[in-house]
Amino acid sequence: MTSTEKNQLAFGIKRAMPIVMGYIPVGFALGVLASGNGLSPFETGAMSILVYAGSAQFIAVNMLGAGISPLPIIITTLLVNLRHILFSASLSPYFREVNKKLIPLISFYITDESFAVSITDVKEKSLTQTYFLGLYITSYLSWVLSTILGSAFGSLIPDTKALGFDFALPGMFLALLCMQLKDMKTILVALAAGALSMFFFFTVPGNWNVILATIAAASLGVFLERWN
Amino acid sequence: MSYIILIVGMGIVTYIPRMLPATVLSQKKLPDILIRFLNYIPTAVLSALLFPSVLVTGHEINIGISNPLFITSLLTFPIAYKTKNMFLTVIIGMIIIIILNNLVYT
Repeated sequence: MTSTEKNQLAFGIKRAMPIVMGYIPVGFALGVLASGNGLSPFETGAMSILVYAGSAQFIAVNMLGAGISPLPIIITTLLVNLRHILFSASLSPYFREVNKKLIPLISFYITDESFAVSITDVKEKSLTQTYFLGLYITSYLSWVLSTILGSAFGSLIPDTKALGFDFALPGMFLALLCMQLKDMKTILVALAAGALSMFFFFTVPGNWNVILATIAAASLGVFLERWN
Repeated sequence: MSYIILIVGMGIVTYIPRMLPATVLSQKKLPDILIRFLNYIPTAVLSALLFPSVLVTGHEINIGISNPLFITSLLTFPIAYKTKNMFLTVIIGMIIIIILNNLVYT
């Protein structure tokens, strides 16, 4: 590994830290819920390893607890995770520099949080596959391990809320959002996305608020450009 | 056995939307309008994730001083906007919410 690659890896791991701090309490909470619904730490860990999608896993564990069969759970998972199409497409122009064979591997690790950090970083500087793997696999491991630990030792885990961990992901989203606010158009897109996301959160069931608000607000941005 | 089918199925339907656009589109030149649409995705998705995560507690909108996540976001916003520094924002925000949770909301 060259020194440039080492720097890229170190930068990726460093940028994963807020994600790790955010995933630990959420992963613990999912593990606790899963063991309450009859899943072993092994089963919980296997789901995290194969699926790696927080909100879909919460929904799946709840549906399992309600005795629902696999097919409806799989369909719900597909619908909840369709928003990743937007992230994957947005990252695609920045994957030109990445080894073609690694794109199917790297894209496995796309989540709301890993996408948000990496898309901000690749717009600022030139980054390689080593950065992506450092950021993405660090985040992945923190998720897998915290769900397993939550499931195995749920009752022994201290209250992470008292440590301020519940602000880790909102704080990260807030900082990354501020980096995007460059002109009046992006501010309007952000306000529209926030308001629409709240609206859909209460009016459309099944976690559709993020994808619907994102598509509508990004379309508004394109429209505002034409109108100018 | 049905659990294995379940998690493999969940894994496949989650993986395909993550993998397909990146794999296919990275080899193509995208139409200008699609590029401009995708340029707004980070702004839009961050805001769409942030607002409900700090303004909804339980199943209700709470835009008031009884919501520590909302107050912490307000207090942290100037730091985030001025510094554009993710670590500093997260750390200061966590310190603020610890102080609020221990001194104000107990």
